[in-house]
Amino acid sequence: MDMAIENGKEMRLMKGNEALAEAAFRAGMKAYFGYPITPQSEILEYLAFHAPEHPDVVVLQAESELAAINMVYGASGAGARVMTSSSSPGISLMQEGLSYMTSAHLPALIVNVQRGGPGLGTIQPSQSDYFQAVKGGGHGDYHLLVLAPASVQEMVDFVFEGFRLSEKYRNPVMILADGALGQMMEKVVLPPAGTLPKADVSWASTGKPAARERNIITSLFIQPEKMEMINLGLQEKYKKMESEIRYELIECNDAEIVLVAFGLTARICQKVIELGREKGIKIGLVRPITLFPFPYDILNRMADSVEAFLAVEMNAGQMLEDVRLAVNGKKPVHFYGRTGGMIPSPEEVLRKVGAIIERVLV
Amino acid sequence: MENVVTKNEMEIVYKKPKTITDTPMHYCPGCGHGVVHKILMEVIDELGIQDQTIGIAPVGCAVFAYDYMNIDMQEAAHGRASAVATGVRRVLPDKYVFSYQGDGDLAAIGTGETIHTVNRGENILMLFINNGIYGMTGGQMAPTSLIGMKTTTSPYGRDAAQVGNPIKITELIAQLPGAYYVTRQAVHTTQAVRKLKKAIETSFKYQKEKKGTCFIEVVSNCPSGWKMTPVEANVWLEKNMFPVYPLGDIKSPK
Repeated sequence: MDMAIENGKEMRLMKGNEALAEAAFRAGMKAYFGYPITPQSEILEYLAFHAPEHPDVVVLQAESELAAINMVYGASGAGARVMTSSSSPGISLMQEGLSYMTSAHLPALIVNVQRGGPGLGTIQPSQSDYFQAVKGGGHGDYHLLVLAPASVQEMVDFVFEGFRLSEKYRNPVMILADGALGQMMEKVVLPPAGTLPKADVSWASTGKPAARERNIITSLFIQPEKMEMINLGLQEKYKKMESEIRYELIECNDAEIVLVAFGLTARICQKVIELGREKGIKIGLVRPITLFPFPYDILNRMADSVEAFLAVEMNAGQMLEDVRLAVNGKKPVHFYGRTGGMIPSPEEVLRKVGAIIERVLV
Repeated sequence: MENVVTKNEMEIVYKKPKTITDTPMHYCPGCGHGVVHKILMEVIDELGIQDQTIGIAPVGCAVFAYDYMNIDMQEAAHGRASAVATGVRRVLPDKYVFSYQGDGDLAAIGTGETIHTVNRGENILMLFINNGIYGMTGGQMAPTSLIGMKTTTSPYGRDAAQVGNPIKITELIAQLPGAYYVTRQAVHTTQAVRKLKKAIETSFKYQKEKKGTCFIEVVSNCPSGWKMTPVEANVWLEKNMFPVYPLGDIKSPK
């Protein structure tokens, strides 16, 4: 493997999936349960190959995504730092488990390397699981905290951040990536192992000593009064998560038209800005990094000074709805999307910008 | 001390295991669950492993098992108890882990997990309560309902041509190399209860020795679902359930 030490930092050229897997070892992951599915199988493969170097880490191929997420439930409930990964159809199978885990206040890191759907769809990259990721996905009123990486570096960094946030809030965190981020190779700086502190897991079911009460991991609260309290607690937690909102602003200071894009499409939009600015268009980009909680405020404030927004996604218009909620009618919100595994080119996005400002740009 | 029956002031002849809580059980009169719970907890008490045991409760009548067992427990989604148990087992390799499931949970919706958990030889005890009916949801047909058995979803009797025969999951999993000790027991008589207790003790002994999966089926009753008195249910059990689900060891290391 290509490796260099620069300024005391370990730098490698790595595939997104493999970089994420290596980061999981370094972030102190104690168990991984998963099932192969393209385009993320390298995560399980990398973990399985390197497992002998980490004798204290459990790496287990489950018989299905259903089993995998429930193994995650068990291991998390027993106090372990645990991760699973899959791609869109497999993540659909995990939704029941994720609903149970949020209700039972179980931390875990869930990685979705999205592919185009619906159905078996395609193995090419997509962002069409946005609704599922940020709006709950399974039954009941709940959310995952969702992080959207836009580079191989963030595939690494968000593993550390994902574990930390999931343990802080005792709620599953999802890394919402896509097939391109999983498959592409980039330069990446790997943080050293052992930097992420162990979480307090005094609530976990590890065997009841005489001196403490039983620790029960459950999502069943049959009395409606109690169940409502659980729900109110979850909503309070999601409110607190708003302090974790992250986004990136690129060339927004003088922007008249603002692109809104996450993950891979945000990378593409950076090129759109470059091309647009060359033609004298004041164009900027808001890149939401936390998709839940969503950066509503910044978009709402920006709506006072810009002319229009353009949401760019690899889906039929999902984050678009959150952008509209944020802008709240103050300014027009346009949309450009490709679906089914198609990746938009900077030129076609720029053409859409031209249509909005009624100028021929491409 | 409450819950203690004494012959005289000095001699305790019976007491509730300390691993059973004081929560009143929700089980119907005559139901086998309460007995299995008590026997299981008695063994945990006697082995002194309360602080080392993690139990996994199912979805079904035993969904509230963790209310009655004074140990750390996890409540699993329907059918997934053995996957949850696998997660616990793998990160706590030296603790005692058991799953407790009914027939719908273990042999219908959770069949995949059941087979693969045993195939991996997960070092856990799987307790399987088979009463041939879905009790919690009100008496629907189970994968183990007998041919001709009337339930709310097989009101004219289970018809093999339409829904297949009762599944003998215990014989099925006994074929897998990961299964170390597989036995079928009951709780309808004192003698049966003693044998079940022995099987649970044996299973925990094997678990300590890290031998692989121990699997105990308990052929039990459901007076409410079967629409019988507890006594009628136990008579019916012997006459109809045991011929299909004969008691005894199915796979034994001896």
